[in-house]
Amino acid sequence: MKLSTKHLLGIKDLNREDIQLILSTAQQFKEVLQRPVKKVPSLRDVTIVNLFYENSTRTRMSFELAERRLSADVLNFAASSSSAAKGETLLDTVNNILSMKVDMVVMRHSASGAPHFLAKHIPAAIVNAGDGINEHPTQALLDAFSMQEKLGKLEGLKVAIIGDIMHSRVALSNMYLLRKMGAEIMVAGPPTLIPKYIAEALDVRVEYNLEKALKWCDVANVLRIQLERQNQPLFSSLREYNLAYGIKRKLLEKLGKDIVIMHPGPINRGVELDSDVADGPFSIILNQVENGVAVRMAVLYLLANRDDD
Amino acid sequence: MAARDNSVIFIKNSGLKTILSEQQLALTVKRLAHQILENHLKLSNTVIIGLQPRGIFLSDRIVAEIRKILPEETILYGKLDITFYRDDVRKSLHIANATDIPFSIENRKVVLIDDVLYTGRTIRAALDALLDFGRPSHVSLCVLIDRRFSRELPIQPDYAGKVIDTIISQKVKVCWKEKDDIEQVILLDS
Repeated sequence: MKLSTKHLLGIKDLNREDIQLILSTAQQFKEVLQRPVKKVPSLRDVTIVNLFYENSTRTRMSFELAERRLSADVLNFAASSSSAAKGETLLDTVNNILSMKVDMVVMRHSASGAPHFLAKHIPAAIVNAGDGINEHPTQALLDAFSMQEKLGKLEGLKVAIIGDIMHSRVALSNMYLLRKMGAEIMVAGPPTLIPKYIAEALDVRVEYNLEKALKWCDVANVLRIQLERQNQPLFSSLREYNLAYGIKRKLLEKLGKDIVIMHPGPINRGVELDSDVADGPFSIILNQVENGVAVRMAVLYLLANRDDD
Repeated sequence: MAARDNSVIFIKNSGLKTILSEQQLALTVKRLAHQILENHLKLSNTVIIGLQPRGIFLSDRIVAEIRKILPEETILYGKLDITFYRDDVRKSLHIANATDIPFSIENRKVVLIDDVLYTGRTIRAALDALLDFGRPSHVSLCVLIDRRFSRELPIQPDYAGKVIDTIISQKVKVCWKEKDDIEQVILLDS
């Protein structure tokens, strides 16, 4: 058994079996991470470059740790401190790196489709670590892994994705993945942050009232307001956003049931999520971060295979 | 019963050889359990580790035999998967199985159990994996079938159910009731 794709560009390209294979392999890597020596020699002969054209803390560290735990050799590239700032094109940069015998590329880019472009032009396996407002596949995989771990299943689960749906690659990857695995999805947020026709296009429910969305769901995946991607005002102020769509402890206590709170980070405390919720008993935000390493190990491990048939 | 009758005909027609019948297999497992116990009477300091996936069928049976002989003793029994330690990861993809070693192996005597010892590469990987869990005071190896003269690494078993001479083109198939509906060891020519 192997993945149906050579790259991980998006959840869109994966089938149900691929997702299940990644999640079950991640389960075994999670066990590896509990051992006294948290490292396996699987990718000893593999060199991986982390190509980050956009800022990142969690994802970059998580990928780097996953690579090192697999014994791969790791190269780090940050656009801000490189020749890209001198005007080198993406393809030139990557071809230069590959001529140094690099096997895999993990890439984050602010332009949607950048990794897809790269995949057409270079032979190395590519892992998308977030491209513009398109996809962030490993985040969706670790979100699914964390939900499955906490609630035992994905099939039939009711997941509300709350906040800036329009600009969120996490939301899109999550919707693809959860629909493929048989979960129900509701997107909730202000109308200006929810794309038109999303209900028809992606087979999800749309709700503009936060309390109704929370009443409906088992899991609330709360997204960050992506101010850096908004080039026009889409709501009046952060304070007003917090009043209408911020998740508050009081609101959760009123529901009369337990729901799981997730957030892909970084959190804008006091905007989409209040501190007492982010750090409260319903939150599995830090579990998500922990699981991220195991899930990324699984993805890299499954893509490193060169068995072409 | 019908299944077994069919398999006999199958074996006759294709000229396959039975290495161990069901009865012989049961006796061999008992013997291996006794041999392990001879050297590990103080079970408190011994750890039994079955190798995933197919070594588990044998280790389950050996542990059950030891329990029968010493019902009062607690047996430290774990399962080890070596997929991530293989030396051919990039050539062929292997699906990982669960590893479950919920105790320390530090300074304990470890008995590794697998079904067939062939090139020795699996055991090489198992030793690497094992050492990531701690430093055992002693490691020994128990296998059901030892295909001697096929080794690619200097690894030998301490307990062997049956030693056989084979050539590379032959295959040894160990069948277990849980998986194959029949319990026997056969040699396939190809």
